[in-house]
Amino acid sequence: MNVLIYLIPIALFMGGVGLAAFIWSLKSGQYDDLEGAAWRILQDDDTPKP
Amino acid sequence: MTLPCCTLDGEYFQPFKLEGEDAARWISSAGPGLKRIEFLVPQANRPEAMAHIETDLGALAGVTSARLNLTGRRVAVVYEEGAIEPQALIDRLGFLGYMARPFDPRETGLTKDDKENAKLLRALAVAGFAASNVMLLSVSVWSGAEGATRDLFHWLSAMIALPAVAYAGRPFFYSAVNALRLGRVNMDVPISLGVLLASFMSLFETINGEAHAYFDASVTLLFFLLAGRYLDHLMRARARSAIAQLVSLSAEGATLIEADGSRRYVPARDLKAGMVVAVAAGDRLPADGLIREGTSDMDRSLLTGETAPETVKPGALVHAGEMNVTAPITVEITAAGNDTFLSELVRLMASAEQGQSRYIRIADRLARFYSPAVHTLAAVTLIGWMLLGNGWHDSIMAAIAVLIITCPCALGLAVPAVQVVASGKLFRSGVMIKDGAALEKLAGVDTVIFDKTGTLTKGEPALVSPLMVSTDTLALAAGLAQASKHPLSRALVREVAKRGLQPVTVSDVAEHPGLGLSGTYAGEQLRLGNRAWCGMEESGEDLGLLEFAFRRGAKPAVLFQFEDQLRPDAATTIAELKQMGLAVHLLSGDREAAVTRVADTVGIDTAVSRASPQAKLAYVDALSKAGRHVLMVGDGINDAPALAAGYTSMAPATASDIGRTAAETVWMGESAAAVARAIKVSRRTQRIAKENFALAVGYNVFAVPLAMVGFVSPLVAAVAMSTSSIIVIANALRVGLGRTSGPSSARVDGDQQTGRNALKDAA
Repeated sequence: MNVLIYLIPIALFMGGVGLAAFIWSLKSGQYDDLEGAAWRILQDDDTPKP
Repeated sequence: MTLPCCTLDGEYFQPFKLEGEDAARWISSAGPGLKRIEFLVPQANRPEAMAHIETDLGALAGVTSARLNLTGRRVAVVYEEGAIEPQALIDRLGFLGYMARPFDPRETGLTKDDKENAKLLRALAVAGFAASNVMLLSVSVWSGAEGATRDLFHWLSAMIALPAVAYAGRPFFYSAVNALRLGRVNMDVPISLGVLLASFMSLFETINGEAHAYFDASVTLLFFLLAGRYLDHLMRARARSAIAQLVSLSAEGATLIEADGSRRYVPARDLKAGMVVAVAAGDRLPADGLIREGTSDMDRSLLTGETAPETVKPGALVHAGEMNVTAPITVEITAAGNDTFLSELVRLMASAEQGQSRYIRIADRLARFYSPAVHTLAAVTLIGWMLLGNGWHDSIMAAIAVLIITCPCALGLAVPAVQVVASGKLFRSGVMIKDGAALEKLAGVDTVIFDKTGTLTKGEPALVSPLMVSTDTLALAAGLAQASKHPLSRALVREVAKRGLQPVTVSDVAEHPGLGLSGTYAGEQLRLGNRAWCGMEESGEDLGLLEFAFRRGAKPAVLFQFEDQLRPDAATTIAELKQMGLAVHLLSGDREAAVTRVADTVGIDTAVSRASPQAKLAYVDALSKAGRHVLMVGDGINDAPALAAGYTSMAPATASDIGRTAAETVWMGESAAAVARAIKVSRRTQRIAKENFALAVGYNVFAVPLAMVGFVSPLVAAVAMSTSSIIVIANALRVGLGRTSGPSSARVDGDQQTGRNALKDAA
């Protein structure tokens, strides 16, 4: 059962990383334009700018 | 002076003007030497617009970045201070075919919505994090962890769950405290009580090293409930941001004439009585006033519902919101700001809103019975266990288990889940509902009152007679009409364009206010205007049609007749509404002949004409007093008080700003079928919401006895609550199934229409 000493912190840490990543994505405005994001991936942005 | 721009649809508009000191409020700082400004671009509704706008603006010298938000139709531009002027950006967007208006998120209350949104999402994320981790630990306990290991797991759960409850539970705690302070009970009271008691009891049990802790229940509960709360909020925010985009694109201001004759532009809010302003043809009046110089025609359709413009002479009283059609005039302001006819209507509207009894949402109505019932059951359990000779500890445990199991998790989801699916479905077909209460009220209406001009009709006249007219005559008449902003002239030009003809260029065109237009072509005099102007005899009969006579040289005059065309599907919608058992009335400010004509065509029996805004309000009030649930459908400034007084209200996207703000539901697109569709979907929504309540209450009927006799372990509670929530969500998704009546392209049509309306305002 001693392995729990490692496993529990690891589990919590990984959960925490997920939470932090979500809050970061929220703060950086990634949920502001859900419709645009769906289309943006289809955009050919490799054409040279005029 | 920039040239008018042309949109993708081929219509002209005047680009927005950023005026001096006013410009500063749109611009914010974005780092050293960088400025940021946002524009509203209603026409950027297609994905192609992203690449189009972003690459083009991005290539301008001085622009650091340009990004289009397709959901909000806003462009955020970051530029180097001094390297480029914001006006140049507006002009460039205009050149690309997008009408742009600087956008201040503060003015529409969008930031408040966005903040609230982010707060709920963060709480949801925290609750989700806690729920998943605590559940992991709980599953270990259920699968047989004992002794010190179990205690360790409980302590770990407590350390995760308690802060999470304190953080994520705040929306419910605040709302519950507010309700209790007002002496009311809402759903958040049993929610807060359940969550808090579960947490504290579990902490107590953990300290004493007991077997049962309900930490997982309290955080999963919060997670599900926050999901419901977020959905409810998302629905409101979506409709609000869409409606905010419809805000008139015209600059609110006027050209002030100083005593020394010099002219300068002032924002409308700085106007005061006694000032003299110049109003160009095609501009809306910024304030009430008396005409000093100039004779013109006034388009009062937004104020009175009348389509035919009225001739005004010096000395005549004109009101804010009217459009000057024919000739430039100067107006001495008699009332500005809070003293205008418009603000009188706003006051009327506010009092109409106050007079309306507060609508109580279906979930809150249920909460009135639910909370006392649940709390009584818990008390009964406590007393029962005590009487049966069990100790304090076990009795309190059983009572708290009852509170946990009845915590209205499924009830909290029952309504928002259904409503968000329904409003999403309506949104896609172009109907925007401002909040869940509006959807509930829509299901309960029994009377529909329509306004005529702009609501049942398109609000723009179209040529109906003569259909057989020589192309020469039409092209010549259109050549004259081109010079005028009179609604009938514009209708004539539209008709000619529709038939694929080119208006003939006419020389010496002059506009004579109150009479018509004159010009010369190939040595012959041309006249277009009222009957007297073209030497025709007046006819005594009023058919409710608008007329324009046209005379070429000495030939007999031709009479063009126009009619305000009905919206597509108007008649079928009325028939459908009647079939649904609703009473339909027509309430218009227009002349009797025109109103009767429309009422007959669409099949409305009860029609009232020449109704002033006050009369409309009184009509709606009288029906409400008689116990009817009135849906008021209107668009004009004159409808606003009636819209506010109705049980609920709808307005087309082409409505006046004030009408759109007053209405609880706004629909895009030309077709009137949206009215019937909205009512149908809302009725279906209400039915499924009630089913959901039945499911949730049924679950309680089954689970509460188990809790009262003490069979509910944390495992049973977790399984029961999750299952009931999932069943309720699955049932809610049924609203989205089934045929969506109406064209799937409605939204695109609607957007184009919005753009055109905005153009009209801006032109």
